[in-house]
Amino acid sequence: MLKIRTPYLLLLPGFAFLFTFFILPIINLAQTSTQTPIDGGDTGQYEQTLRFGNYIDAFVENREQFGRSFTYATIATVLALIISYPLAYAIAFKSGRFKNLFLVLVIAPFFTSFLLRTVAWKQILGEEGFVVPTLRSTGIISESTTLTSTAFAVVMGMTYNFLPFMTLPLFASIDRIDPRTLEASGDLYANGFTTFRRVTLPLSMPGVVAGTLLTFIPAAGDYVNAAILGSPNTKMIGNVIESRYFKVVDYPTAAALSFTLMAAILILVTIYIRKAGTEELV
Amino acid sequence: MSKKIVDASIPTLPLSAKFSRWFGRNLIRVYMFIAFTYLFIPVAYTFAFSFNDSGKSNLIWKGFTLGNWQNPCGAPEICAALGNSIKIGLLATIFSTILGTMIAFAIGRHKFKGRSTSNLLIFLPMATPEIVLGASLLSLFLVFKINPGFWPTVIAHVVFCISFVVVTVKARIASLDPRLEQAAMDLYANEFQTFRRVTLPLVGPGIAGAALLAFSLSFDDFIITNFNSGTVTTFPKFVYTAAARGIPAQANVIGSAMFFLALTIVIIGQIVSNKRKIS
Repeated sequence: MLKIRTPYLLLLPGFAFLFTFFILPIINLAQTSTQTPIDGGDTGQYEQTLRFGNYIDAFVENREQFGRSFTYATIATVLALIISYPLAYAIAFKSGRFKNLFLVLVIAPFFTSFLLRTVAWKQILGEEGFVVPTLRSTGIISESTTLTSTAFAVVMGMTYNFLPFMTLPLFASIDRIDPRTLEASGDLYANGFTTFRRVTLPLSMPGVVAGTLLTFIPAAGDYVNAAILGSPNTKMIGNVIESRYFKVVDYPTAAALSFTLMAAILILVTIYIRKAGTEELV
Repeated sequence: MSKKIVDASIPTLPLSAKFSRWFGRNLIRVYMFIAFTYLFIPVAYTFAFSFNDSGKSNLIWKGFTLGNWQNPCGAPEICAALGNSIKIGLLATIFSTILGTMIAFAIGRHKFKGRSTSNLLIFLPMATPEIVLGASLLSLFLVFKINPGFWPTVIAHVVFCISFVVVTVKARIASLDPRLEQAAMDLYANEFQTFRRVTLPLVGPGIAGAALLAFSLSFDDFIITNFNSGTVTTFPKFVYTAAARGIPAQANVIGSAMFFLALTIVIIGQIVSNKRKIS
């Protein structure tokens, strides 16, 4: 009897906690999203009127920021994949006994606070940094071009900050590939590119899927990079949700935006996983 | 005649194969070097500017000083913020490691009804954007008239740390050889003794790794903290607020010190686990 109950007893405290502080808040957020201000009430006082129009208003008003969030997150994810794949491949197959050392080096930048590193990028790419004067004097960018407060800086910051989330799962799945399968492909007269396309890449797909999800999801909801490296013209949906909460005290709109963001991410992720064909991952 | 035989046994490589060999041997090294340089540029910058004799705003290089390292608490409120981050991090680590390890054992070691639902419930917090997690918890606290602050932040951190602990410990449990436990049982150890003397020591490194991960996630978190901490300042919050007017060099000192401390812990952990493998 005890044996049957053991797993449930082990789950109980953790799931009770997650139910109270993860599921309940989400339900509560759904309730908040259809509220409207109380007539004659103070700021921040709302009543339930089941106004689903909140969603339409919130979306129409902020469609630009929504568009930006998904565009920036997509570009950053693709860039992170392009940068990480060769890196993960090199660590898995070409680093010999230094494999663990290189893995530590991928995570090591994480130990410096991510905000400090983002601020560091702001200063490196800023007017007083060494990048802008160099690029100007060599004529790569014009005298009036700046790098900070641009979409470029925001996307670069996001790519940088979420890079290990891409590299680690990629490494995990590439490292599992038996090098003999690559040799076999070569023995069957496949050239390097064909081997990569027909053997390496398909075998590493679980890592590609996990990495893209782990990068895309936080990137789409991020507002720190946009706040530090961007300008009002690069505001993302995260920035809007934050200011709705703290500056405008407009909880229903913030809740509706949060829900729309989560729904959009879930839909995209589902389509993506279906297309990538690795459903067992989730 | 003999020359021909040599030729046949070692066929000359076609040019494309030669190139791809060279590519594999050298270009990938060059690439690794560039990639790691990219990863470490801001770390190096942060470290270098921790020695800047900068005064209040650490934007332009003004000269070398050790003063910031000798007086890391020199900037107002920075050490209070650091203290809060460490306290919140430790509490969140303890709670999430205990709860997460229990869940990991349940899912990793038992077959039961609702196992796949449990897996889903663990996956969901990881698939939820931080801003939604933070905002939804704040809404709940507001409904119950709980003011955001120290404990709400700890709770929020436990929520997002649990899933990472479960995933890490579960992976360790999955790699465990079940025959070791069977052997212990064969030697008349009861279930509790087996767990304490065999299972726990074997899963231990996984739990330690999960705890380290939880601490670093909690210590570095900004978005969820910003929503639930109210007037309590943590280190990332301090940096974010100060970023607008230029962060003090002491923040660079603390960031660099954390970097070297964590690196030391990881390297010692690697050496210990390597030694264990050898013996």
